[in-house]
Amino acid sequence: MAPQVLADDLELIAALRAGDEAAFMALVEQLQASMLRVARMYVPTAAIAEEVVQEAWVGVLKGLGGFEGRSSLRTWIFRILVNIAKTRGQRESRSIPFASIWSPGDEEPSVDPERFQGPGGEYPSHWAEPPIAWGPEEQLASRETLARVAEAIEALPPNQREVIRMRDLSGWTSAEVCNALEISETNQRVLLHRARSKVRRALEAYLAPDGDDEG
Amino acid sequence: MNCQRLVELITAYLEGAMAEGERASIDAHLATCDGCTHYLEQFRTTIRLTGMLEEEAISPGARRSLGKVFRDWMKTA
Repeated sequence: MAPQVLADDLELIAALRAGDEAAFMALVEQLQASMLRVARMYVPTAAIAEEVVQEAWVGVLKGLGGFEGRSSLRTWIFRILVNIAKTRGQRESRSIPFASIWSPGDEEPSVDPERFQGPGGEYPSHWAEPPIAWGPEEQLASRETLARVAEAIEALPPNQREVIRMRDLSGWTSAEVCNALEISETNQRVLLHRARSKVRRALEAYLAPDGDDEG
Repeated sequence: MNCQRLVELITAYLEGAMAEGERASIDAHLATCDGCTHYLEQFRTTIRLTGMLEEEAISPGARRSLGKVFRDWMKTA
């Protein structure tokens, strides 16, 4: 845990205890959407997910005195959330085993195998159709391109989607994500890798110079 | 190292989650392979573009009810 994160967390906790509602709402603003999507993975409806998240916030405030800074505050909040979501998921008698929620599932190639030379090629498993340079990033980062990134993330399986959002959009560390979602380092990395690979693929299709995906 | 294997290892490479020997063989491959160098650059760009997205805003209803949760907690704290 970076000391700076802990210092910020302790400052925030002091503000909450002092009754700073704006500080609380800023925290809610930061985590709420992600909490709703994660809760929804354990329970059958969006309405129940909302109840779970609300209950989690009540639990967070009640338990604030017990926060010891052994993890980051947001990790600790997600642990509370996931525990409540699991209990509620069981009560709603969902038959999905919780372990499978974060399991990466069957192997999938990061890049279409057709892009590589086959066993009969001059250099098997080396690029047949190599990627090209995308050009300066300042030009890439248009509203339109970012909309494609958002779309590609939205289309991911929920477990890949939440991991890439936490890591690459919200800047959580790998340790924070593993701890928050109770998943192994390896599973976390596989989910992140698949997510990033698919988003890259979507961008490549969009940015292709032949423009077959422009509209 | 070959290109098809390298694209599966990029996240582990970027996370520093691999043995020194494997890292060295990726570095050696990148030094001579333009395709993989572009791939790595595209991957890094993908990560940075994702970082430019914003989290969804919360609904006014949730905002109201959580404000109330906070004020109720303050009364009992």
